[in-house]
Amino acid sequence: MIDFELSPNIQGSRQMIHMLAEQVMRPISREFDEREHEKPTEFLNTMWSLSAGTSFGNDRDSEKTAAPSTGPKESNLASCVSIEELSWGDAGLYLTIPNAGLGGAAVLAAGTPEQKQRFLNPFKSGEPKWGAMAITEPHCGSDSAALQTTAVRDGDHWVLNGTKIYCTSGLMAAEKSDGFVVVWATVDKSAGRSGIKSFVVPAHTPGMKVIKVENKLGIRASDTAMIVFEDCRIALDNILGSPDVKASTEGFKGAMATFDATRPLVAASALGIGRAALDFAREALERAGITIRYGAAASTLTAIERDFMEIESDLHAARLLTWRAAWMMDRGKRNNLEASMAKAKAGLAVTRVTQKAVEFLGPLGFSRKLLLEKWMRDAKINDIFEGTQQINMLVVARRILGYSSKELS
Amino acid sequence: MFDLEMTEDQKLIHDTVASFAKAEIRPLARDCDETGVIPAELADKGFELGLIHSAIPEDQGGYGETRSAVTGAIVAEELGWGDLSIALHLLAPRLLVYPLIDAGTPEQRAQNLPAFAKAFHAGTAAVVEPRFDFDTTRFATTATAKDGGFVLNGAKCFVPLAQESETILVLAQLADAPAAFLVPRGAAGVTVGEREQNMGIKALATYEVALENVQVPGSARVGSDAASLERMVNQSRVALGALALGMSRAAYDYARDYAKERKAFGVAIAQKQAIAFILAEMAIEIDATRLLLWEAAWMLDQGKDATRECVLAKRYASNAALKITDNAVQVLGGHGYVRDHPVEMWLRNARGFTSFEGMAIV
Repeated sequence: MIDFELSPNIQGSRQMIHMLAEQVMRPISREFDEREHEKPTEFLNTMWSLSAGTSFGNDRDSEKTAAPSTGPKESNLASCVSIEELSWGDAGLYLTIPNAGLGGAAVLAAGTPEQKQRFLNPFKSGEPKWGAMAITEPHCGSDSAALQTTAVRDGDHWVLNGTKIYCTSGLMAAEKSDGFVVVWATVDKSAGRSGIKSFVVPAHTPGMKVIKVENKLGIRASDTAMIVFEDCRIALDNILGSPDVKASTEGFKGAMATFDATRPLVAASALGIGRAALDFAREALERAGITIRYGAAASTLTAIERDFMEIESDLHAARLLTWRAAWMMDRGKRNNLEASMAKAKAGLAVTRVTQKAVEFLGPLGFSRKLLLEKWMRDAKINDIFEGTQQINMLVVARRILGYSSKELS
Repeated sequence: MFDLEMTEDQKLIHDTVASFAKAEIRPLARDCDETGVIPAELADKGFELGLIHSAIPEDQGGYGETRSAVTGAIVAEELGWGDLSIALHLLAPRLLVYPLIDAGTPEQRAQNLPAFAKAFHAGTAAVVEPRFDFDTTRFATTATAKDGGFVLNGAKCFVPLAQESETILVLAQLADAPAAFLVPRGAAGVTVGEREQNMGIKALATYEVALENVQVPGSARVGSDAASLERMVNQSRVALGALALGMSRAAYDYARDYAKERKAFGVAIAQKQAIAFILAEMAIEIDATRLLLWEAAWMLDQGKDATRECVLAKRYASNAALKITDNAVQVLGGHGYVRDHPVEMWLRNARGFTSFEGMAIV
């Protein structure tokens, strides 16, 4: 039955996480934007102690949910709601939270049951750990089928060679914790997409080295690493899924299927930044005596009211698209189209919302005394990573038109 | 718990109305637009779907079903996909029927409703006023209490089916608040003008209605609290938004199919990103609109205060309809501009949505 009420469980955790976002993240938000490349150690430890064993804020694994659930699964939706709250607090800090992250999502999407146990169980205890995913290379981003990192079998090992960039939490995952990096590489360049597989490289593996941490427009609290793999040897069973290179694109598709799970989560982060800006702007306008009159006649609306209503409904539309994509995942429905719709819409919406919010506040909006300008900078990444707006539009277009990537490129 | 699955009942209703829209409404849409006439047989067939009488109480001859704004939005989307003029024609009697069901006295219901439960019967409401600053919270048409009754003065426009309706529900300002009154079309001082000539929605017969010292008894007032009127306006926002959504989807379906057929430079134009991205954006905005409307409707069904959600969803739906129908014309190029294809009609119709908030309380 059509119902827009979140379950009591989700509402409860949303309240709790909102408090955390307000009391723990906001106070250090500006500090770790200014002190790029410094670790918010206290925050990381707090989050790890809160999350160890519960995969808090990153609840992609139904096996790990603490409470025995009755009724349909809702872990993806719960994650979206949690991530929106955390990103309302600070999107950069949210990305630094120790967990299996996108690497974990890849393991869940493409790994065998044994691999899920082996790679994800360590995240339930011990010291803080990070998982990361390395896809993008200096010469290719959206066109991930063109990647050049190679994996060559040598006896009981795979040997990786290549350079990866824009790897979120790559430094933490590769060198500063006992986490892992999931690396996309080709086992057979002549096989094109069929040759692309993903590999789990444990932290501190010889031959894996972070050579640069990027300076960025926003989400500065989060490390974005360039990682070089030079004769990096990993165990044979660290390849996710089947090692066979058939005349199929199963491996590539498996890797791409990761995005169906992660795109709604990135969209959810965008929503949190957008709501932070919207909430702030609404309160600031109210203090200045400007309230948004929703039922008022169109001819009496001010430009601010019109703009505000437009960005507010744009953001909420993105939220509902995001929740739908997560809900479908929870119900076991294929959500490739809907995940891309949500991501395309949310990335664009948050970009516009935050830019408008800066405009509403005039010179104050431009000032670093407030967080608005930071949110505008943080927002933009959501229009880019985990598939740019344009790539997601392309996915949507192919799906609605029934075209292959050859027919519509 | 968050859920987007229709109930089995809703699916059945959806499928029934969708096939009616496809088989009965769409084939007549262009003719109706050109001639300005909607055949009576079509209205009769539409009536058989239960669009009006399913909500009329059993003791007045209806089915007495509980109304749901969500189900209403699902139905309106399908009718709007068929044709906007015909949809509004079929739904127009609700303008009178629903306020009576919600807020009418037993006498008002007994007197008016049975006729609407038997067959398609014209009924309407006079809401919109011919002025640029029209405001549903503050009507320029006035009602003044006098001798236990009321005296109405003002001008209304976009009143659908006014010429055929025996009774018109007139919305007017009574002191500081809007109020609704049952006015016989033949009452002294009521003048139904010439049929309006509009840019779009041409098949729907709409009229100006002038009220000059029209006297009605105290028993003509429908409902007495502002909250029920606010609720009616909100219901109309969702319903109008859903009609707009249906039309957006019609334009999208048509443009998508055309773009896959039409060849340029050796491939279907849909294989070019310039066209494919337009279509992708349409698809996203259509789904976004539907979710916003469903949520607003769900809030109404829950009895929550939903003004903000209804206003935002209606605005979103109107803006999306204008953009999507405009882009549909663009995708068809010159073929979109000629009347052999329906997209130009949808563009003309879409323009209306930003102009007549509160026209239909459906």
